[in-house]
Amino acid sequence: MDFGSINPVLLLASLMVAATPILLAALGELVVERAGVLNLGVEGMMIIGAICGFAVAVNTGSPVLGFVAAAGGGALLSLLFALLTQFALANQVASGLALTLFGLGLSALLGQGYVGIKPPPVGKLDIPLLGDIPVLGPILFSHDLMVYFGLGLVLAIWAMLKYTRAGLVLRAVGENHDAAHALGYKVVRIRVLAILFGGACAGLGGAYISLIRVPQWTEGMTAGAGWIALALVVFASWKAGRVLLGAWIFGGVTVLQLNLQAAGIAIPVEYLSMSPYLITILVLVIMSADRSRAPASLGRIFHASQ
Amino acid sequence: MLRFEKRPQPSQVWTYLTPLLAVVITMIAGAALFAALGKDPVAAITTIFWEPLFGEFAFYYRPQLLIKGAPLVLIAIGLSLGFRAGIWNIGAEGQYIIGALTGAGVGLAFYPMESWVIFPLMVLAGALGGWIWAMIPAILKLRFGTNEILVSLMLVYVAEKLLAAMALGLMKNPEGMGFPGSRNLRQYESAHNAELITGSGMHWGVVAAMIAVIFAYILLNRHILGYHIRLTGQAPRAARFAGVNPARLVLFCLGTSGALAGLAGMFEVAGPAGQVSIDFNVGYGFTAIIVAFLGRLHPVGILLAGLLMALTYIGGELAQSNLGLPAAAIQLFQGMLLFFLLAVDVLTNYRIRLSRSEGVA
Repeated sequence: MDFGSINPVLLLASLMVAATPILLAALGELVVERAGVLNLGVEGMMIIGAICGFAVAVNTGSPVLGFVAAAGGGALLSLLFALLTQFALANQVASGLALTLFGLGLSALLGQGYVGIKPPPVGKLDIPLLGDIPVLGPILFSHDLMVYFGLGLVLAIWAMLKYTRAGLVLRAVGENHDAAHALGYKVVRIRVLAILFGGACAGLGGAYISLIRVPQWTEGMTAGAGWIALALVVFASWKAGRVLLGAWIFGGVTVLQLNLQAAGIAIPVEYLSMSPYLITILVLVIMSADRSRAPASLGRIFHASQ
Repeated sequence: MLRFEKRPQPSQVWTYLTPLLAVVITMIAGAALFAALGKDPVAAITTIFWEPLFGEFAFYYRPQLLIKGAPLVLIAIGLSLGFRAGIWNIGAEGQYIIGALTGAGVGLAFYPMESWVIFPLMVLAGALGGWIWAMIPAILKLRFGTNEILVSLMLVYVAEKLLAAMALGLMKNPEGMGFPGSRNLRQYESAHNAELITGSGMHWGVVAAMIAVIFAYILLNRHILGYHIRLTGQAPRAARFAGVNPARLVLFCLGTSGALAGLAGMFEVAGPAGQVSIDFNVGYGFTAIIVAFLGRLHPVGILLAGLLMALTYIGGELAQSNLGLPAAAIQLFQGMLLFFLLAVDVLTNYRIRLSRSEGVA
């Protein structure tokens, strides 16, 4: 075993990369849940995003188009969830599970021809001066665009929810859909839009895994990232800033255990790779004591005649 | 303009019709999917649904129906109890794996001793393993208020890693030339979950599934605990006033589903699968969720739904080898079934009306 081989600067730099997929997916789900909808299909939408992004990026040679397609694919799948829960008034837990099972099957089917192919490389931003700062440069300023997109999205969603009228309406719908309806807001329309946004974000997160983090396509490659993203929203008490913090913690654990594997620690690989899931449970235990922050209408079916 | 009007009572007729309708719609959509993949849709559908039952080699496939159906029914029966009460155990796959590990572990510990005690002990160990794994989300939910969906699901991934660790480490066959995987329990008579009647596919897991169906039926229709489960699902507040103890329900529902999933895993590893291997689990725990919903969370319905789902597994394999249909297409097919079921379910609870003008909603 050789702990000296673990470079703390590289560790922190790869933490940012490892955190990005779950950060994107969790931010999307945050908006969905603030609108009062519980979409458990994040895993399914992520894996669809992963294959859509991968396939389009490979065929066009453009990672940017890949990410656009991933967002589209994720949103399209989430539309199915929106139809089920907002129009057919189906149970949200069951529909979310259906979405995940369906997404896993569909992605495996779509991805058949793409196993073992390398996607076009995504360039890293080389910010001239900032990137040259020792220590901070490699950690903060030498990543691909999506990392910064994720960070920007945190800021945008935080500001949107806190300061804008749209954010207020979204929260009103999530806290009390009957009151929001009585005030004349289109509850179903707002929720469908939120669900689509959540799907697009999850799709981007999935594509980040298949195009940048891994980068290749294997069946079921999201390996629970969507579920971790769901846990992250609970961890964050439905606040954008704390989603970022949570994503970094999970990213850190993931990267650390990978580094420990590489350093040849005496614990078998299988036990080390359990750690992100165990940490998720631990964090849920710590954070779940305070349930008061959950949107009051979360998971409840809205029907205008009731 | 279409308008939904909530029924005062869920429609009895549609409760029975919607699963059938969903199956028919799934067949149509599936046929379209297979056609899009460039396969003959009629041939694909008949290969999946007709060949295993009445085709040339039906004598081989019919027993498979019991072998594949038993774990699905066993797990789904357990899940349905919780689903009725709004307790969502999504981690049956993990409990299934742990049950297989503990069951096989007990069997392997006795190797090469031969005794009639070993198999019953393995059954107990399997149930206990699944029960313990399900108790983790149950106790965390009661003690800390964590979400049982997320915890039970995270534990699936933990169980999968544990399975890999066991297949490569502790339980690896010492005479296996270094290949991963345990000793084959099928070659160890005391631990083998053999067919009870040769060629019928009937093994102890099938018997357990039958017993589970009967017990669940009696529990839900004739026992106060079953009444409490149904009451909690339909009117949580009323249940509280009626003196239902929610903590007891959580422990009972998660524990029972865990134990049944563990049993299913144990019967599988000691019989059809034979050994603990890295890819031992094939997703029965997740498919059982579809089975539970398709069976309307009713024991008899689940029995029928489990057999139907087993048919899609067998027919799917057949279509894979005969028509070159990708395995993923079958997975997708099963996912679609749940989708359509949830969609047509609106007919059970709502009446669809055509309204000419926008009424006062």
